[in-house]
Amino acid sequence: MPHSTGTSSDKPSLVPGVKIAHHTLANGMDVVVIPDHRTPVVTHMVWYRNGSADDPVGQSGIAHFLEHLMFKGTAKHPQGEFSDVVTELGGEENAFTSMDYTAYYQRVAREHLGTMMAMESDRMKGLVLTDDVVIPERDVVMEERRMRTETDPGAQLSESIAAALYAHHPYGTPIIGWMHEIEQLGRQEALAYYHRFYTPENAILVIAGDVTSEEVLALAEQTYGSIPASGEPPKRKRPQEPELRGAKKVTLADPKVEQPSLQRSFLVPSATTASAGESEAIEVMIQILAGGQTSALHRQLVVEQKVAVAAGGWYHSTSLDKTRMLVYAVPNADVTLDELEVAMDRAIAYFIATGISEKELARAKTRLIADAFYAQDSQTAMARMYGSALATGASIADVTHWPDAIDAVTAEDVMKATRWLDARTSVTGFLIKDEAA
Amino acid sequence: MNKPTKVAHKASVAITNHADRIRAVVSPLGIEAWLVEDYTVPIIAVEGLIEGGTSQDPADRPGLLHCLMGALDEGAGPYDSTAFQERLDDFAIELSFGADRDHASFHMRTLARHRDEAFDMLRLALTEARLDSDSIERVRAQIIAGLRHESTDPDVMAHRAWFATAFPGHPYGRSSKGTLDSVPDITRADLDRTRETLLTRSKLHLVVVGAIDPDSLARMLDEVFGPLPALSGVKPVASMLPEAIGTRKVIDLDVPQASIRFGAAGLARTDPDFVAATVVNHILGGGVFSSRLFREVREKRGLAYSVSSHLAPFAHGPLHMGGTSTKNERAAESIAIIEQELTSLAHDGPNEQELATAKNYLIGSYALRLDTSAKLASQLVHIKAHGLGRSYLDERNGLVAAVSLDDAVRTAKRLYGAGDLLTVVVGRPVGL
Repeated sequence: MPHSTGTSSDKPSLVPGVKIAHHTLANGMDVVVIPDHRTPVVTHMVWYRNGSADDPVGQSGIAHFLEHLMFKGTAKHPQGEFSDVVTELGGEENAFTSMDYTAYYQRVAREHLGTMMAMESDRMKGLVLTDDVVIPERDVVMEERRMRTETDPGAQLSESIAAALYAHHPYGTPIIGWMHEIEQLGRQEALAYYHRFYTPENAILVIAGDVTSEEVLALAEQTYGSIPASGEPPKRKRPQEPELRGAKKVTLADPKVEQPSLQRSFLVPSATTASAGESEAIEVMIQILAGGQTSALHRQLVVEQKVAVAAGGWYHSTSLDKTRMLVYAVPNADVTLDELEVAMDRAIAYFIATGISEKELARAKTRLIADAFYAQDSQTAMARMYGSALATGASIADVTHWPDAIDAVTAEDVMKATRWLDARTSVTGFLIKDEAA
Repeated sequence: MNKPTKVAHKASVAITNHADRIRAVVSPLGIEAWLVEDYTVPIIAVEGLIEGGTSQDPADRPGLLHCLMGALDEGAGPYDSTAFQERLDDFAIELSFGADRDHASFHMRTLARHRDEAFDMLRLALTEARLDSDSIERVRAQIIAGLRHESTDPDVMAHRAWFATAFPGHPYGRSSKGTLDSVPDITRADLDRTRETLLTRSKLHLVVVGAIDPDSLARMLDEVFGPLPALSGVKPVASMLPEAIGTRKVIDLDVPQASIRFGAAGLARTDPDFVAATVVNHILGGGVFSSRLFREVREKRGLAYSVSSHLAPFAHGPLHMGGTSTKNERAAESIAIIEQELTSLAHDGPNEQELATAKNYLIGSYALRLDTSAKLASQLVHIKAHGLGRSYLDERNGLVAAVSLDDAVRTAKRLYGAGDLLTVVVGRPVGL
């Protein structure tokens, strides 16, 4: 029998409306149900709490490669059958791998949910791999890497910046893996990884759409519930970053770069590693500093000084370990990246020195809290929000009450969070044209 | 619940009776919008399309409409650029403008409680954009930076070269965003002229989805769109069949992977075989893991990560198109397989099973295109602009279900003919 951990949103939230149910099956698998009865469709997702940061040393890319191989069939449903059924039912399907999790989903008419759950639960344990399917799929992954990275100098710079920012932690390795290691991945490595991580204790079922939690639980019992527990969930212990000092600079010069740009990355706490309220303060801080056309950087660099055509930034809060915050700027014609970097340094220093107004604080909060309202319009967005949060150690209540936590951020909290804009421990990346080539 | 076995039943028709939910709201001034009134989520989505897109740009000023649409939210009425953007953020209003070859477009999303402010911001942008010189220069610099960035992007290069080769001397052959030569020459007078002739209410299509009642909407329609010029200055655009079909063009770029774009003439949206063409295209290279191109190019041979085809029913030159990216050494093999699949489909048509599967997919998945306010509004505004009527959502699955094997075979022949394509390859492909 499932034991219920009850529904959340007992406490009213700033963004009311959706009642999320959360249960745990006897074998340890989490079940989250997000109702949306506007259209008779459902989004069915299974999240595994492992991503590229859990790749064994020397096997970078294995989490992502396995994600591709999960479409190769089981003893019960040989290659192509799952996808054929999804197509036949008018469904959509795909999967994605991040640094901290891997997820699979289908979107179908509500009456086909049981079919999807039966087939997805079958492939949690039943994957069959032969070299006939593994080898061509490895070629596909190498083409994917060529498409995303090898043909794009900007993507190559991003890889180098991440590798410099994370000297020790596996977040410095690209999700897709390094080409020389992808080339060596094979059936054995994939199966070993699969058996280690694809267990019910390590999985989260997220279903959003036109269903009730009672229906979902009954189906989950029949399908995922029949998978025996494996004993205990796999542990994720990654080597953590040391306290490195010294600003780093990475310059990528390529003859194909016609438009230079600069960016700076900072190592900062994530929603999971931060102390209470700190992640939300960083979120509000980066919104005021670098979020869109009302941000301090845009105003200073684009509108007033006219040294940049664009400027902005973001903070990736959903992360198991220490994460990244980034600011960027694209120079106007006749402005060098060195000049732009000086202007950006000054703009950030000015921001820290002058503080923020009540208006700016309110504006940033309004913007961030509105995103929680807009997310309710999309069952897929809701499923992703809860799935990624749970897969990185947050609770349902953390997500539901995130708008309230944002609302509680004070101007003082924001100014405290500016300490993470420390250039001395950052990595600055220059993308420039290689004039010599 | 269904057993997890091979499914042979008909895909369910999930949507029923949309026509009743979609109301045509007509304002006192005669401005019409389709409304889907829904209070489940307290937001309102607005989609607008105005006929006459970047194909209206003068031959010596490609990029003009794109520049205008980019400048509309850079200050309007009493607000300069900064104040305008701050006001959007203060009320969490999402407002954006765009243009494609055949349309100018706008998209707005607002929380229901800020609807008056949101509609007013839309009104200001459409009717009182300041277009002051600072804003124009900022937008111009952004567009130029974007064009420079794209000038060595293999996918964009292949796309632009495909259209330039297929439509020489025709507006479709020119870049929608303009060029590094044309954008610097755009003047305030050019922008004003474009605004007056293209941003009008006679060629306007509007759809609103969400938490608003018909009476309030009718009032808003007059306030927001009433001030627009009544008559459109859209000039007729000659229809043209794509040229250079049956040829290949290779553009050198030092990258390890070749970016490939292919295509030829397609069927117009009003063609009686258009729905059958949708089914046939889906079988060839629609976005599922079971299309012929996916199976042959990716799954069996590992030649590419992404391979697909689509229909592009442009008003003045409808096309079927597709693309992939393969390492240079195997580009020739990929192209040969794509051509072979196309020719085989044109020659023999699909088989019964493929047809049934494709129809089931297209019928069953239609609901997935309508499950957010913004997606529903976007689908509806294109339906409205194509003159298809409010009942189309209810009729559409029946039209797909009615496509017979004869229809599919005939349409595959019409669509792919002898399998001739214009193919553009950017990279250093071996053996081409």
